Amino acid sequence: MNTRLRHLFLASLLRRRLATALSLVAIALGVALGLAVQLIHGAALDEFGRGVRLLAGEADLQVVGAREGFDESLYPLLAMRPEVAAASPVLEIEARLPGRDDSLRILGLDLFRVMQVQPGLMPRVVATAGRDVDDAGGDGRLAALQPSNLFLSADARALLEQPLRVDGRQQAAEGNGRAEGELQPPAVQDGWLLAQSGLRSLRLRVAGEVPGASGLVGVMDIAGVQQHFERLGQLSRIDLKLADGIAVDTAMRALAPLLPAGVALRVPEAAASEAGTLSRAYRVNLTMLAAIALLTGGFLVFSTQLLAVARRRREFALLRALGLERRALMHGLLAEGALVGLVGGLLGVVLGHALAGGAFRLVGGDLGAGFFRGLAPSLQVDPVLSLAYLLLGVAAGVLGTWVPAHEAARVAPARALRAGEAERTGLPQAKVDGRLAGGLLGLAALACLLPPQGGIPVGGYAAVALVLAAAVLALPALARAVLPLLEHGRSVLWRLAHARLSATPAQAVVAGAGVIASVALAVSMAIMVSSFRVSVDEWLGQVLPADLYVRASSSAASGYLDPSALATIAAVEGVAAVDTTRLVNLRLSDTEPLFSLLARPVNAVGQGEWGLPLVAGSLVAPAGATLPATWVSEAAADRHRLVPGSVFELPIGGRMQGFVVAGIWRDYARQHGAALIDSRDYVALTGDTRINDVAIRVAAGVDPHSVSETLRQRFGPEHIAVALPGEIRALSLEIFDRTFLITYLMEAVAILIGLFGIATTFAALATTRQGEFGMLRHLGLTRGEIGRLIALEGALTAGLGVLAGLLAGGAIAWVLIEIINRQSFHWSMDLAVPWLALGVFATSLVVLAGGVARLAGRHAMQRSAVQAVKADW
Amino acid sequence: MRNKRLPPTAADRRRFLLRPVVGSLLALALPGVPLLARAGGHAASAEATAYPPVVEGALLQFPQDFGAHPQFRTEWWYVTGWLREAGGGTGRHWQGAGEGGAEGRAGGYGFQLTFFRVRTRIGEDNPSRFAPRQLILAHAAIADPSIGRLRHAERSARAYPGLVEAGEGRTSVRVDDWLLEGGDTVLAPYRTNIETDEFGFELVFEPGRAPVLNGKQGFSQKAPDPLNASYYYSRPQMMVGGRMRIGGTVREVEGHAWLDHEWSSEILPEGARGWDWVGINLYGGGGLMAFQMRDGEGRALWHAGTLSEEDGASRIHGPDELRFTPLRHWQSPRTGIRYPVEWEIELAGRRLRLRPLIDDQELDSRASTGAIYWEGAVRLFELGAADEARAIGEGYLEMTGYAERLAM
Repeated sequence: MNTRLRHLFLASLLRRRLATALSLVAIALGVALGLAVQLIHGAALDEFGRGVRLLAGEADLQVVGAREGFDESLYPLLAMRPEVAAASPVLEIEARLPGRDDSLRILGLDLFRVMQVQPGLMPRVVATAGRDVDDAGGDGRLAALQPSNLFLSADARALLEQPLRVDGRQQAAEGNGRAEGELQPPAVQDGWLLAQSGLRSLRLRVAGEVPGASGLVGVMDIAGVQQHFERLGQLSRIDLKLADGIAVDTAMRALAPLLPAGVALRVPEAAASEAGTLSRAYRVNLTMLAAIALLTGGFLVFSTQLLAVARRRREFALLRALGLERRALMHGLLAEGALVGLVGGLLGVVLGHALAGGAFRLVGGDLGAGFFRGLAPSLQVDPVLSLAYLLLGVAAGVLGTWVPAHEAARVAPARALRAGEAERTGLPQAKVDGRLAGGLLGLAALACLLPPQGGIPVGGYAAVALVLAAAVLALPALARAVLPLLEHGRSVLWRLAHARLSATPAQAVVAGAGVIASVALAVSMAIMVSSFRVSVDEWLGQVLPADLYVRASSSAASGYLDPSALATIAAVEGVAAVDTTRLVNLRLSDTEPLFSLLARPVNAVGQGEWGLPLVAGSLVAPAGATLPATWVSEAAADRHRLVPGSVFELPIGGRMQGFVVAGIWRDYARQHGAALIDSRDYVALTGDTRINDVAIRVAAGVDPHSVSETLRQRFGPEHIAVALPGEIRALSLEIFDRTFLITYLMEAVAILIGLFGIATTFAALATTRQGEFGMLRHLGLTRGEIGRLIALEGALTAGLGVLAGLLAGGAIAWVLIEIINRQSFHWSMDLAVPWLALGVFATSLVVLAGGVARLAGRHAMQRSAVQAVKADW
Repeated sequence: MRNKRLPPTAADRRRFLLRPVVGSLLALALPGVPLLARAGGHAASAEATAYPPVVEGALLQFPQDFGAHPQFRTEWWYVTGWLREAGGGTGRHWQGAGEGGAEGRAGGYGFQLTFFRVRTRIGEDNPSRFAPRQLILAHAAIADPSIGRLRHAERSARAYPGLVEAGEGRTSVRVDDWLLEGGDTVLAPYRTNIETDEFGFELVFEPGRAPVLNGKQGFSQKAPDPLNASYYYSRPQMMVGGRMRIGGTVREVEGHAWLDHEWSSEILPEGARGWDWVGINLYGGGGLMAFQMRDGEGRALWHAGTLSEEDGASRIHGPDELRFTPLRHWQSPRTGIRYPVEWEIELAGRRLRLRPLIDDQELDSRASTGAIYWEGAVRLFELGAADEARAIGEGYLEMTGYAERLAM
């Protein structure tokens, strides 16, 4: 294309600045959102991966079990294998810090082995002023072996020496009655750190640092960790460095048979990919939302380009008549679209990085979903990813222009040159009928039948896209069906607007396409989130039947209760009954995320309510079964294809134990599956009598608060958390709302883009209809009445779009609830449509669209009637 | 005696603290002066688990005393020797092949391996199998004249059942796949297996005669104060057979070796900076062990030696019968440290000369153990009436405490 032609085409973008700018913004937002989601997640995963690499050091393979660890007898066995050059045992503890809401990850290490395998974790003794090393537990040079000496990363030290400010969430979580904004004491004082094991406080001497480590990590001698945290004989991990010339695969084949059940052998990178798997479904969900935003942007380019092409039909005809090749014309138009896409994409890439940066500061690296707690990722510019999203922006621009450009290039120059042609055939006649839309809906239904691919509900997403496309294509048909019903309006303006829209249903497609996509998105999310929230709320009511809940720490951390603590609780006056839960996790395979195992006394359970929201099976263990019973969550049932009566094998206590499935229950808390067994079976299999949570029913007439106060005094308020079910419920719902915060943001952006669509369409239409408006002025309409006419047309168009969007949104909501959520997260929910909110939303959108259309058409009304009519001749 | 550490000075101690912990830890594990200095100050605080003293008159019992003595602070098994390719014409009974003449016998490699045991008194009440009550450290080196320096490797670990152990009742020490075991009976053989990336050896040692007790029936005094002493026996003239690997080349080798086994709770006297030690297998079938303890100025604080005969008779030489005089120094191009690599030893009127197999047998393990010393294969010569030198044996020389001069 030569300079002049380039000027001709690209300058056209400058002439319609508003439309171009809005298209730019739409594409930019779509690109920015998608990119931001990827960047944030990528950074969080990177940070996680860095942690994994640091912890794994030079290890070629890792032996991993569940969080509770495995028997250390495996260690000498592996260390002596010829395939293994060095084996480094690790016992990892999430140490609760009494009196504080945070915790410290303590790695119990054998320093001699760390030197060979994970040199980044070598501790270093630091002699602090005023303290002779001889104080460091005897001989300073043996400081790293002293059982009570702790070495902290610089990050951990900085954080733990500071008081911790309580925020509302954590206050509710801990249930310790601390006020928001209150300062909790520093965990490190005068060189000592207070940590909790069980219900005891331990004093650990901060003897130095871990120069190679970052994040909240501390290092101790493994023997000290086993002793202090009462984990004798247990390891969490063994990192292996292989002998020279031994391939990882060979070693895995040779070593795997040595491992007990529930212990896996994997390359260190697998930990990072496991983390990726954890959050993949959530990430894909967000990316799909961003894709819909980008799609809406593409629609917007489509509408503006279509109108621009229509307006320039005569110009193009002239160019063709002057010898411009059909192909060159098309290329020129596509270049326009590409330029819009490119600039929008560039803006989007910049904006995406800014969004990601902002998100790190506001909600952290996990996008509010809690997958990567405790990570402090930093924003990294990813050139490949940025380029990919830039190209997506360009693609949206080019694809949006494709149909209009094709259309323009096809028209015979002679016909188009005839005066008035441009205006009268300003829009292509929509040749689509309802059948195509119907076909797409049929395809969508078929897509819903597809099973998930690698845990991603591909069919569900395809169905969403198909429903959206069907809704756009069905819009003219919908207009034909709906508009006759509205025929009997009273005012002239209403009849004019109605007539106009009835005559050109394609206009509805052009202006409404963006609205449909964004409304469908917003409506479907609203229905899904509302259903989800209502279901979660109900579920919380079911799983929290007791009056008080007591725990020493979260199940991942080092606090726990034992039978004697339980006896103490049961003996407190006013306590009528106690129910206990031991929550551990199991590694079912090398690749799956950890599986949860709950052990509860099933007898207590049999007597009435026990907070297990069954969806299938029975609360009573099947009579006459030779295997112990288990109740599995929906996720477990889905993933392992279980029904009541199935046999489910679990690796407990180092060997596989079969259970018969008695029932299936709904569980929103553990996405990767959970199984509940009788605590007596659990203790018999493992010998582990620890307890994580105690649910207390108080005697009639007793105030739970007084029991709670007694318990705090009995165990030390810094050692336990006592919560009322209402507090737990409020906290859970708050976490829920936080998780969906980002989806609300994306919906808002999509709606904004949809409104842009209305604005650009009407701005462009108004320009092409100046003659018509001039004529109406001649016929006696005032300028204000013309404005109202445009507003009415806008509202009607938007109304059609909103109607289609509502219908499509309802369908998509069904797909989200029944297909995408089921397949991504394996949980079911009951449909709950927020009718009122949807009504308000739809009405305000229609009104807003009228206003936007009128604003956009303002330009057309400003010229005098005479000029406007004259210009047409 | 394997002191790889230097005596403490205030500056040294400060520097020490800034070293990586494990470096410090390993250095500690090598029986060293700083340990002693500290032990004095802390003895009272840990009476219940105090290290037992080394006392004169306790009779050594074999094979029981071939094994570990975990109550004592430190202990080591130290094997040094010379290896030659098997079938090289010298035969296994090398000492019968005549005396070495003016240059000694040609060819050969020096080798050494050491297993240390250290009782830390940490975690003695901890039921964890990882409790670091005992640490085991091991060194192995080959003096290779073809490259003119040592090949060296080391291992260190806490004791862990089945993996890292120093067993009692017989010699049985291992750090993962490195091991030295044997001594099931007084005359039973030992075997060792050492594999590193660079080299390895798998050797069998035949003692052929009962252990030689050093000092007063195995009570070896290290300083004028009898508090500084160890239990100490040697096994000179062990016959060696087996395989040695350098890089990818495996050779059948044979030769002779010397084993020292020593355990103690307080070895080094106040003010000692280092020592010089030799263990020589004499061509005539005897063995000579001699050492001197030096103070900060390089003066001898203490001397002792044992000259044993093939028939098991031995003669103990006290401090007044021994003198070490440095003849020639070699300066390490890597560390700048000067070591006296040739010595004259006066032993009860005899004039002996030590010459190294190669000058550069410096062991620089600052990165891991924090120690730099010289430990290498040497030949022993005797000067005749007309000052003519005649080779009379081969063995090992160890010199510690020379790095300090550089620091000052």
